[in-house]
Parts: sequence; structure tokens; C-alpha cells
Amino acid sequence: MTPGASGDGAPTLVGFASTLRAAGVDATPDRVHQTVLATEHLDPARRRDLYWAGRLTLCSGPDDLQRYDRVFEAYFAGEAAPPRRSVPPVTVVRPVAVPGTEGPGDPGPDEAPAATASDVEVLRHRDLAALSPAERETVRALIAAIDPVGATRLSRRHRPSHRGALDTRRTVRAMLRRGGEPVRLEHRARRPRPRRLVLLIDVSGSMQPYADAFLRFAHAAARARPGTEVFTIGTRLTRVTREMRGRDPSAALLAVSGSVPDWSGGTRLGELLKAFLDRWGQRGLARGAVVLVASDGWERGDATLLGEQMRRLARLAHRVVWANPHRGQPGYAPMTAGMLAALPHVDEFVDGHSLAALQHLAVVLSRRPEEQVVRRA
Amino acid sequence: MTAARRGFRPYGVLVTATAPDVTSPERLAELLDAQGYLADEGVATAAYLSLAMGRPLFCEGDAGVGKTALAAALAGVLDAPLIRLQCYEGLDAAQALYDWDFPRQLLHLRAAEAAGIHDADRLEAELYDRRFLVARPLLQALETTPSVLLVDEVDRADDEFEAFLLEVLSEFTISVPELGTIRAETPPVVVVTSNRTREVHDALKRRCLYHWLEHPDLGREVAIIRRRLPHATARLAEAVGRVARAARAEDLLKPPGVAESLDWTEALVALGVDELSDASLDRACASLGAFLKYREDQERVAGRLAEWAAAG
Repeated sequence: MTPGASGDGAPTLVGFASTLRAAGVDATPDRVHQTVLATEHLDPARRRDLYWAGRLTLCSGPDDLQRYDRVFEAYFAGEAAPPRRSVPPVTVVRPVAVPGTEGPGDPGPDEAPAATASDVEVLRHRDLAALSPAERETVRALIAAIDPVGATRLSRRHRPSHRGALDTRRTVRAMLRRGGEPVRLEHRARRPRPRRLVLLIDVSGSMQPYADAFLRFAHAAARARPGTEVFTIGTRLTRVTREMRGRDPSAALLAVSGSVPDWSGGTRLGELLKAFLDRWGQRGLARGAVVLVASDGWERGDATLLGEQMRRLARLAHRVVWANPHRGQPGYAPMTAGMLAALPHVDEFVDGHSLAALQHLAVVLSRRPEEQVVRRA
Repeated sequence: MTAARRGFRPYGVLVTATAPDVTSPERLAELLDAQGYLADEGVATAAYLSLAMGRPLFCEGDAGVGKTALAAALAGVLDAPLIRLQCYEGLDAAQALYDWDFPRQLLHLRAAEAAGIHDADRLEAELYDRRFLVARPLLQALETTPSVLLVDEVDRADDEFEAFLLEVLSEFTISVPELGTIRAETPPVVVVTSNRTREVHDALKRRCLYHWLEHPDLGREVAIIRRRLPHATARLAEAVGRVARAARAEDLLKPPGVAESLDWTEALVALGVDELSDASLDRACASLGAFLKYREDQERVAGRLAEWAAAG
């Protein structure tokens, strides 16, 4: 029996759907049910009709379409179905921490001695690259506790207020309650809404000692503020917002390291920034948002492109903050070509090498523009 | 409005607004064609299934590929009014569903008072009457049969609104606490569009048929231009189509959609251009603002216009 050629195509469709799921398309049973309903209106013996019935009901985004086409071709061409898992399960746990700094007598996190208040104060200013494993655990817990409140903007929605424009509706309602007499005037004010926060985190080789801390920072921000978007940049741009959803930072980071293909590679900042702006930023993701770029600005290629793209980003975003871990080191001057090209378009340029720097970064991100001390550093 | 308050009707036996002679995707494509919308196989099948299954159609794609135009053309085919809800951030129930007309209610109270009516219960019952309810697009669509509801750029609204749209689209009912549940006699044909500035929640997509619209191929684009702008010459339409295709392959900040091709052709016709040749090149460059909306893009395209416009 050719799949789909029979009158009752449901079992075939179910098999097709599970193959699709293995390929990464979210073909849930309720969607399959819709496919069956759709085929009733079309002619399932015709390949094209079957194709469209499935595509319209099982896919939910342009990323799905390519996978769908591939699986459809394979499944209904009479070939054997592709293996259940097209992506091999990730078995290698990539170390998110810095390799090499762990001593032979590495105490597990449960053996780590509890840090006292004064220890923490010292730790706050230590370079993240130079921490012992126990210290790193403490710092990680403290990063998880950072709560970037975030900048706000006025929305179109209103809330009751003591001053501001007259709220006719509430006033009239109060009048109705009192028999039509205007006893008191009610006012309303615009309700503030959090601005979107977009984090672009460099995970290339040169950023390795700090990427872990920045990703944990991103996780804390994403947990605190739904709608925060997180991307990693290295040799490729990867959106990791979905992976950041879980409650546990370590689990989230594992998920991230599973989905980031270019951990510790080189950087093509300009090109990737362009990819970000083309695919996400210009369509609205960066519009009016506070954007953080966490990178050392080490650009492998020509820095002109980076400058151009930073100008584009600055025009779209409400504020652009650049955190560079090397800035906190004594005697640092922004000398790399990438950094020099980017700086004119950055609203604030901050450190990112220690816990204290990250805590300061959280404050900088939530600052309103009028509170800004350093503009265009 | 009496039809709005109905007894229980199980979901799933909703009667759809299919025009009597829409019997296949091919037939629908012909009908859309008569409305000036040239649908490819995907669009025709998607729209046909949406009509046949009574499901909302969720259209995604780059700006200017004809998502909104599809809804307008469908309204033409079904001879139904197009009710449009433009989404924006902060859109709320009072703007999308219904609102009580407070000033009119107040006026009514005053008038009753002047006439010496003091029956409180009666007055109150009168206040929450359908005539004091202002229908916003979603309620309008449920009350108008047949109708085509266009929820435009749903990605611009915030997620609270999405949840709320979900409720309306899955059951085609709206409950007004003071009035009762208003149910669509025949559910409207719904087209939801998104430019993908953010990911719309899966739950909403799952209620809909999903269709991703691509830019049309050269032949179809030329046909669309010729159809929509009959006074443009064939040579001009083909040249614009070729430039549009080349511009999309180029790495522009904002690749032009069909809507931009149409605007530009119209601009060229208005300038008296009937083909893109050396003679008309400066007029073509001067009118590029109708085609490309970034200065950087215009500069890049202007330099290669003659080369792209040439046949071959």
C-alpha cells in the first residue's frame, strides 16, 4: 500500500507525524487530527494535496518548513523513513567552566566551605578568570541572585492615579453610582512597562573565562523579566532564549551548550551582528529595547562592518550597553580595532570581569536615560 | 441583534461561510483571480481549507508579500464585508471587543429623570441594553454574517491580547457580563497576519492553519503588476519584476515586497515611463523612494539598475 493512497490515511499520517517530531517539528496529536480533517476536504490520493494539508496544519514557523519538506520527500517517496533521531543525542557534557583552573583536589559543590560575608566582599572584586572551583560556586549562586529590574517605558495602558489626565470612564461610573452627580474627579496615568532586554553574549575562545558568568547573568535576567531575548555569538549566531527558560541555571547552561555549535571558536562580530539585525533586530526585537553586548570586541575580520552594524543597532535600540571583561583590568585601553569601531555607537561602556562588575551592570541596564552619567564613553 | 443570544450549540458543527461554488482550491484560485489576487497553489489551498474547515488562517511572511491583500480578496470572493483589527502594543478589550457607551448611558439617565421616570429597576435594565454597547472589530465580526475578519500584525499586540484572541477564535463567542454570551451565528472567515517581529504563542498557531508566504516568482510578480496596474506596459512590468527579484537576492536592509514593486511601477507610470531604458534611468532613480525605504539600499540599487532591468 502506498502511503496516503488509501481512503483511510490516518495511520500513515501518524507515522509521518512521529517522523516529523523526530526531525524537530512540533507535530502534536491535535495538529495531526487537523491534518486528517484537512485531507477530508482535499484529495489525499494527490501528493500535492497531501503535502499542503500537512504543511498547513503541522508546521508553525519558517524553520519548520524546510524540515517538513525534507521529511515529506523521504517519507512519501516510498523510501525508508529517516532514523528516528536526525540529531544525535548530546552525550558529551561540555564544560562550561574554565578547563585547566580546576586543581586535582577539586572539591564538589557540596564540599565547598560556606563563604563568610567578608569573603564575599573580597570575591566580589576578584577577576572571574582567577577563581578556584569553590569560589566559582559561590559566585555563581550570587550571580543567580542578581535581579536586573530593568528600564521601563510608558505604555498605552492606563492605571488609576492621583494626578494626570482625567479618567472619564471611572469618573462617570462613580457619578452613576451617586445618581449622576460628579462627586469626585478620577485621574489616570500611563502605566509603565518594562523595556525589552536583548543580550548578545560572545562565547568565542577569547571570552571563555567570562562566557559562563555572562550566560548565568543572562539566565537571571531572563528569569526576572519574561520577554528577555538571549543570543550567543561566536562563529555563528544562536538564539538561546528558549534554553534559558528553566529555573535551574546549571541546567539552562547545559541546554545552551548543547545548542550552541561554536563554543570557544573565533568571532565574526560584525557579520553576526548583521545576521542578528537582519533576522531579528530590525523586525522589532531590538526596537526600543535595551541591548547588551558582552564581548571583548576581538574582531577577526575587518572592523568596518562592525562599526556599520553598531550604528544600525544604536539607531534601532533605546540604549546599547557594551560590557567588556578586559576593561576592568589595570592599564586597559580600548585598542582592538573592533572595540574602536564599536565605541562611538555605544551608550555605556562598562566592565564585566568580576561579580561586582556584573552587579553594577544590572544597575546600568535598569537605569533611565536621564540618570545616565557617562554617555557615549 | 436578537440572533446573537443563542442557546447552546456544540462546537464542531459550526456552519462555515463557504460561498456555494467554492468546491476546490483551483476554483478558489479562479475566484481570487477575478478579484485581482493571483494566488499560487499554496495560498489557494490554505484559503480553501480555511473556508472548508472553518479555521482561522495564520499568514506569516515578509512585509509586502500580500498577506493583508489576501483577506481583502477573500472578502471580495465571499461578497462579505472586511472587518479589520489593526493590532498594536497596548491593544485591550475595550478597543478590540466592545465598550459601554457611558456618555449615552448618562444621557439616557438624565432624559429619564427629566421625563419623571423613577423606576430604578427598569432604568437599570435599560442601561445595559445592546444599543448602549459599542461593537469593536471582534464583536462586529461575530455579529455580521457573512464577514471576513482580518487581525492584522498580531505580533505587534502583547501576549495578554493573544490569550484573549485565542478565546474568541476557538469558540467564536464573546461574553459580556451584563448582557450574556454573544455567539456568532456563522463564524466569520478569519485571517491573522504576522510579520514575525516576535514569535506568536504556539497555542494561537495551533488553532489556525499556518501558511508562510514567499515572494512570488518572476512570472507571477509580473502578472500581478500587469493585473493591478493595467496601464503599465508589459516591458515596464517585466523590468520592474526583474529589478525586484535581483534586489531581493541582494543583501538589502529591507528587501522590497510586491507592494513596493506595485508602488514603484505606479510611480514610474505617473512619471510617464513605459520602459526602463537609459533614457528613463534618471527618472527611475528619482522614484526609487517608492521601492526602497533606506538610503543605503537606494544607493546600492541605483548603481546597478540598468544592468538588472536589462532582459536576460
